[in-house]
Amino acid sequence: MSAGTYTPRPGAAPLPRMIAAQAALETRMLLRNGEQLLLTVVIPTLLLVLFSSVDIIDTGAGEPVGFLTPGVLALAVMSTAFTGQAIATGFERRYGVLKRLGASPLPRWGLMAAKTLAVLVTEVLQIVLLTVIAFALGWSPEGNAFAVLLLLLLGTMAFSGLGLLMAGTLKAEATLAAANLVFLLLLVGGGVIVPLDRFPDAAQSVLGLLPISALSGGLRDVLQHGAPMPWGDAAVLAVWSLLGLGAAGRFFRWE
Amino acid sequence: MGALRAGRRPDLREGREDVGEPGAPGPSPARLDLPAMSSEPVVQARGLVKRYGTKTAVDGLGLEVAAGTVTAVLGPNGAGKTTTVEMCEGYRRPDGGTVRVLGLDPVADAAALRPRIGVMLQSGGVYSGARADEMLRHMAKLHAHPLDVGALVERLGLGSCGRTTYRRLSGGQQQRLALAMAVVGRPELVFLDEPTAGLDPQARRSTWDLIRELRADGVSVVLTTHFMDEAEELADDVAVIDAGRVVAQGSPEQLRRGGAENTLRFTGRPGLDLASLLKALPDGSEAAELTTGAYRITGRIDPELLATVTSWCAQHGVMPDGIAVERHTLEDVFLELTGKELRA
Repeated sequence: MSAGTYTPRPGAAPLPRMIAAQAALETRMLLRNGEQLLLTVVIPTLLLVLFSSVDIIDTGAGEPVGFLTPGVLALAVMSTAFTGQAIATGFERRYGVLKRLGASPLPRWGLMAAKTLAVLVTEVLQIVLLTVIAFALGWSPEGNAFAVLLLLLLGTMAFSGLGLLMAGTLKAEATLAAANLVFLLLLVGGGVIVPLDRFPDAAQSVLGLLPISALSGGLRDVLQHGAPMPWGDAAVLAVWSLLGLGAAGRFFRWE
Repeated sequence: MGALRAGRRPDLREGREDVGEPGAPGPSPARLDLPAMSSEPVVQARGLVKRYGTKTAVDGLGLEVAAGTVTAVLGPNGAGKTTTVEMCEGYRRPDGGTVRVLGLDPVADAAALRPRIGVMLQSGGVYSGARADEMLRHMAKLHAHPLDVGALVERLGLGSCGRTTYRRLSGGQQQRLALAMAVVGRPELVFLDEPTAGLDPQARRSTWDLIRELRADGVSVVLTTHFMDEAEELADDVAVIDAGRVVAQGSPEQLRRGGAENTLRFTGRPGLDLASLLKALPDGSEAAELTTGAYRITGRIDPELLATVTSWCAQHGVMPDGIAVERHTLEDVFLELTGKELRA
């Protein structure tokens, strides 16, 4: 490099270009991480294939795939927006990535926007994959696509808020452990593969207020039963979104 | 045999010496080929205070960095170097005092300041799953007129990292990547927090060369270090920090001259009239006959002083034998300055 190479010529790239670049990088990091892929792709796929083809759980009337697919779609959203994002962001915070990016021209809200885009891109890939597998297993969904989209978006917001709250307040190791534990508990108790009506009545009313139950239940109402927009579930997700994103905005620590 | 002392020794702690002092050698030659420097300092900190709980990390610190220079913030671990630099970078809000960087408030004007500065953290700052060139290309994309990433990768010897992800790079490779990330956006001012910590001697030299190239191209550099030789080799200006305060600031040459005594020894006829000799020497010099006929002059030992001593000897018919000059390193200065502070 010759003389004059480093002559100052500072300047930020245009904001949309910065956010697009950041989102692309975040997506690549998500897809490159083996543990993340296990969580976001392998586990939902295995659950869908296994429980649809082997009669282990009584999923009620109708084809098992009709019951399982909405649950597994909800699980996919949770695995990416909540578990995956919490763990990745927790370690980015721990290793100074968030701090270093904080000194770059990319504003903090731009970084969060990029993270959200990366989550959405990953979810699209998951949903395409799971949908293709479900169709191969004989799935025939009902309902309208708009209601499904709205539920998925609300679910993403609710889980992102909770994931970022965890990542921005706990130690990275604590986030790793807690996010995995929560994933497991909600997988079992959130109506993903085990119908909520298998639980005692008292437990059902509490479990029904969890974001995962609202998302899986809402998606199931639409996709399995052809119901119109399930506003009750949407409202539960909206409240979780407000609480989670609000608390994350208030308590998130960058270092 | 007592020591005599001429005038009052200038106390470096009071503030920095004037560069343009008559008789003193000019600024280091490397500075001369620079374009005319703007008078506005790129960093101006006054009375900075930062507390963590009951601990005061930075305690009324003042620092000025002239444009186009390399300034070393030198101090032991825990002296407040990183906290100081991080207040300049906008990471921490001072509890007291003011700081301006390129004329801006690093916290309030962060959006305007960030594109103009480059930052190298002491460690980390890279996605553990990212490859070196990938991360560097990404940082380049956040800037309007970045450096050529391929050339920078080669320049810093990161080409051999290939497809290795950050967490598997060696400590030295991680350091060099962090340095590259600080400069890729073509900033006006870079902050480097311990840029050569953990580097092998060759990589260290290469980093020093890059810092010199930055300065030659008009980039201002602020670096923290606890290596004396690094400050001595690189810096136009050194701020010695201890316990959250600047205890001395000046060029390495000025610090060596002023901070600790340098020594001139010679032997000659016993019982020389040292009072007469001292009259010929500049203020701040001391002269003593240690043992019979063995003399020691301490103070600012420069070519002029040597000439003065030899001509005084010539006038008095004295043949000075075994003339020896001992010049102190920054390390001595540092020990003198901070050692006193620490024992206090």
